[in-house]
Amino acid sequence: MADVPARLEGIRAEAEAAIANAGTAAELEELRVLYTGRRAELTQTLRSIGELAPDQRGPVGKAANVVKQALEAKLAKRSEALEGYELERGLAEDTVDVTLPGDPPRPAGHLHLVTQTRREMEDIFVGLGFKVVEGPEVEFDYYNFTALNHPPDHPARMLQDTFYLSEEVLLRTHTSPMQVRSMEAQEPPIYIVVPGRVYRRDSDATHTPMFHQLEGLAIDEDITLADLRGVLLSFARAMFGPEREVRLRSGYFPFTEPSVEVDVSCFACEARGYLADGSRCGLCKGTAWIEILGAGMVDPNVLGFVTDSGYDPERVQGFAFGMGIDRIAMLKHGVPDLRLMFENDIRFLEQFGS
Amino acid sequence: MRVPLSWLRSYCDPGLSTGELAELITGAGLEVARIDRVGVGDPAGFVVGRVLDAGKHPDADRLSVCSVDDGSAEPRTIVCGAPNVAAGQTVAVARPGAVMPDGTKLGEAELRGVRSSGMILAEDELGIGEDHAGIMVLPGELAPGTPLAEHLPIVDEVLELEVNPNRPDALGVYGVARDVHALTGAPLAEDPTAGDIEPEGGAIEDVSVEIVDPEICLRFTARVFEGVQMGESPPWLKQRLMAAGQRPISNVVDITNYVMLATAQPLHAFDLDKVRGGRIVVRRAKPGETMVTLDDAERAFDPETALVCDAEGPSGIAGIMGGQVSEVSEGTTRVLMEAATWVGSNILRTSKRLPLRTEASGRFEKQLHPEQAIGAQRLAARLMVELCGARMAGGTIDEYPRPSAARHVTLRPVRMAGLLGEEIPGDETAGILDRLGFEVESEVSADSLLMGRHHDVALEEWTYEVPAWRDSDVQREADLIEEVARVHGLDRLPTTLPARREAVGGLTGHAGLRRRLEDALRDRGLSEALSYSFIAPTALDRLRLGDSDPALAIANPLSTDQSVMRPLLLPGLLDAARHNAAHDRADLALFESAHVYRPSAVPPPMSGAGPQTSPRGTRPSDEHHHLGALMVGTIEGGWRSLPVRTDFFAVRAVLESVLAAAGVEWRAEPALRPYLHPGRTAAILASDREIGWLGELHPLVARDWELGERPAAAFELDVDVLAVLAEEAEAGFRDLTSFPAVLQDIAVVVPDGVPASRVQEVVFQGGGELLRAAGVFDLFHGEQLGEGHKSLALRLEFRAPDRTLTDDEVAGHRSAIEAALVQIGGKLRA
Repeated sequence: MADVPARLEGIRAEAEAAIANAGTAAELEELRVLYTGRRAELTQTLRSIGELAPDQRGPVGKAANVVKQALEAKLAKRSEALEGYELERGLAEDTVDVTLPGDPPRPAGHLHLVTQTRREMEDIFVGLGFKVVEGPEVEFDYYNFTALNHPPDHPARMLQDTFYLSEEVLLRTHTSPMQVRSMEAQEPPIYIVVPGRVYRRDSDATHTPMFHQLEGLAIDEDITLADLRGVLLSFARAMFGPEREVRLRSGYFPFTEPSVEVDVSCFACEARGYLADGSRCGLCKGTAWIEILGAGMVDPNVLGFVTDSGYDPERVQGFAFGMGIDRIAMLKHGVPDLRLMFENDIRFLEQFGS
Repeated sequence: MRVPLSWLRSYCDPGLSTGELAELITGAGLEVARIDRVGVGDPAGFVVGRVLDAGKHPDADRLSVCSVDDGSAEPRTIVCGAPNVAAGQTVAVARPGAVMPDGTKLGEAELRGVRSSGMILAEDELGIGEDHAGIMVLPGELAPGTPLAEHLPIVDEVLELEVNPNRPDALGVYGVARDVHALTGAPLAEDPTAGDIEPEGGAIEDVSVEIVDPEICLRFTARVFEGVQMGESPPWLKQRLMAAGQRPISNVVDITNYVMLATAQPLHAFDLDKVRGGRIVVRRAKPGETMVTLDDAERAFDPETALVCDAEGPSGIAGIMGGQVSEVSEGTTRVLMEAATWVGSNILRTSKRLPLRTEASGRFEKQLHPEQAIGAQRLAARLMVELCGARMAGGTIDEYPRPSAARHVTLRPVRMAGLLGEEIPGDETAGILDRLGFEVESEVSADSLLMGRHHDVALEEWTYEVPAWRDSDVQREADLIEEVARVHGLDRLPTTLPARREAVGGLTGHAGLRRRLEDALRDRGLSEALSYSFIAPTALDRLRLGDSDPALAIANPLSTDQSVMRPLLLPGLLDAARHNAAHDRADLALFESAHVYRPSAVPPPMSGAGPQTSPRGTRPSDEHHHLGALMVGTIEGGWRSLPVRTDFFAVRAVLESVLAAAGVEWRAEPALRPYLHPGRTAAILASDREIGWLGELHPLVARDWELGERPAAAFELDVDVLAVLAEEAEAGFRDLTSFPAVLQDIAVVVPDGVPASRVQEVVFQGGGELLRAAGVFDLFHGEQLGEGHKSLALRLEFRAPDRTLTDDEVAGHRSAIEAALVQIGGKLRA
């Protein structure tokens, strides 16, 4: 029996080669039975170990076990590999048309262009340190006009054709009433923006009886007109691109003094006034500037209405501005007619982003 | 305000191009909306000519064949149709090739067999008048061949200004010129109102003026002119009027308009022979009084209306328009010239009420200063003498009950720098204010402080006297600062950012929640609509709301279709659905996030207190932010899934995701709404407060909005209430991970009429504290359940915060649930 270990090595070599060549799980099972089953030579060898001379039993038994374990490991590994191959083969045959749409369909809807624009504007001013607050649209004449330095029968009231509900109650013509409401409710310093609906008796391609504004108000001890310029420049660049400039012109609003009209350099023609093909820029009408808002230093008379709340015009000062959200949306997206905004045609609503 | 450039430059010419000038004054607050060109296309080709000979055309009675010396080597032959052409006249000639006002190029033409090379011009053909009755005859001394433009303003540019209401001075060309002077330093011509003919005292024979009510008239001045020769104005004046947008009428009327356009002070000319009794009485209208105005309209007045009357009745509406009764006409020989100062607010009110807006009312309503009236009289008098051959009779009647004192305003340079963020040098400030007509009254300058050893610029201050023409606008230091800043150049200010002490930006909780809700709807496939806040009253009827629920009405709507404030969002969404259905988009999922309005339950406390008192933060109406959704038709299926009808449950699923985004606990209860299907309507409640509704549209409502037979369901939530609840619901930590939950499914058989929510309620009763959830996941009807019964499958989740629950413990609760179900006729199904 001196050749038993050699024989075992022979079995091992033969079996390992066969296992490596097995192509299916069935073949592998046959090999398992053949080399490690009850009738296998290896099994027989282990069983008949007792028949060996005592000094042989140890080495032969050990060698046989080593071979058995090795073969079992090879079988397991090969089995795993074969399963993997078979799975992959099955999967390769199980294909779908990945270019079909998902199902059930769950298309997202669209926020209105005005809402998208309003949120973008709000976020810019939040970044500049402003709180976003809102107020009522059905408003007292007092907040909409009187406390904003529009006395009764003042010609400035003619600037805005107003919807009235009664002698003292109207639909706000601007978001500015929240200036006074906010100052009544909160001592300085105050930094707010107020988005919302406003109303004027007007109807054509660039005027609808309802539209949206965003008001800004900043009051502290030392706020200057130069600060207003800085805030609006930051806004213009965030909204319309980093190359933008702003231009301040003298304007008139009863509730600011000095008052300014603010233009932003045209982003359609890069402030050249003409387009690449040499034609006149339609957006800025060749002027290189687009009027986007009115602003100014809060008029001391307005502060006079809230002096009790801590707004002494000799002690605090600040700026206010107001701009049309719809107008900015139209400018940015090239919408030609304001009325489209409120027609709710789904073909329009689905056009813009999300 | 149309400002002819040639006129403006006659007062102040800074030598800038039109574009540069427009940009400069726009920056300073006189916004140039448009630059208009008037007159001929090109002044070349227009020359002075002399008619050498004018003979009848051989084949046309009305035409003359003229030989005209236009400075060329040979006289040219021109066929002319004007009846007044005659040899010896000096005329305006257009040579062939000349570009006419309408842009056409004049060619040579055969007129009935005679070749005409050029044209002899009438005023209207040059754009300097309206006269087309005959050719224009020029002064004889002009040499043939000289360019016409040297003698007549045949081409001009016009700045169309949008003048703000605080600048009535800029409603006169000289006022605009003063701004140009301030901005550029170019010399300013003498004030056209400076010179006067010699007035003779303060009275006029047989003429009297009485101001009955000084609350409506601050000053009334009158002069009388006799020997007036009515006629046409000279071409230069007509051109200025035409370019400024006023039609020339007659020399007297043109003078009033010209003076107004030059100085901003309107005038009115009466035919003195038609002023009954030679007496002017300024008073308010009496009840029932009427008058026919110059535009041939009969006007009725309210008792606030200021009238200029004669001995017998109204002769003109003060500051707005004269009456026909005293209109100057061809036969007029005696003119009473009125230059008055009215109370702006009164003029504005009357002009709005009539309604009648005129060039005069647009100026008076902005409050002119009484000093301006007398200035206008001076300029008008000179022109009356010069252009109408008139002579002034008597002196100037000047009723001025309460003479205005000059206004003084103090400017502190430190304050100015603090407000603007830039120090403007003292000499520049002084120069600007000086050029604008402000005069220094007193001065505490840095120099004088230095001499007094104070050396403190903070104490520096200058006091200015405000010129009359700026009195209504410049009354406080801030106004003076604006004057300096706008002329200095607002665009030259530095760019800085506020210090922002204590300023932390952010959205309110309300706004943050709204964004989450809107996003949730967007993510579920709904698109956002924006509808007008006002609707037709009939929309409320069509929603079957009846009169029980009054809506806020607009007193002066643009149309009845937009005359009441909507109390809910649904009508706007329905309108949108109808619009899209008409454009082949009947299947639709829309939402809106906006305010709705109802009358205040409690009238605001300030009611009746007058508009001068703060309502202290109260609101005049009951206004809420709502979120509304409407789904119509089907939600499209895919290539392997079926379309889903937008019925109650399809829309409820959307509502569930929205409320999940809000994070509040809620439930639905059967309810009724007149616009919804009575069997398919739920009230949405949270913390026992109603936060909205959900339901399928009532078929009559769907029919009224032309939605056809399609399923349609909607919901609406009150975001204001939801925001409060969402804030309260902010979740603290609960231990959900240390111990596992035990899940059990049960099937409950109950009579059909028992709502699922009632079953859940009873299950919770039996389940006790450890039962954390009992969601319905199936509904089954079947014979084995027995007639009129249904089976609801619920998934129960038991959980204890401090231990793993045993099966025995859970089984005990299950028995308790079974026992509790008896009260609603229910049992557990095996």
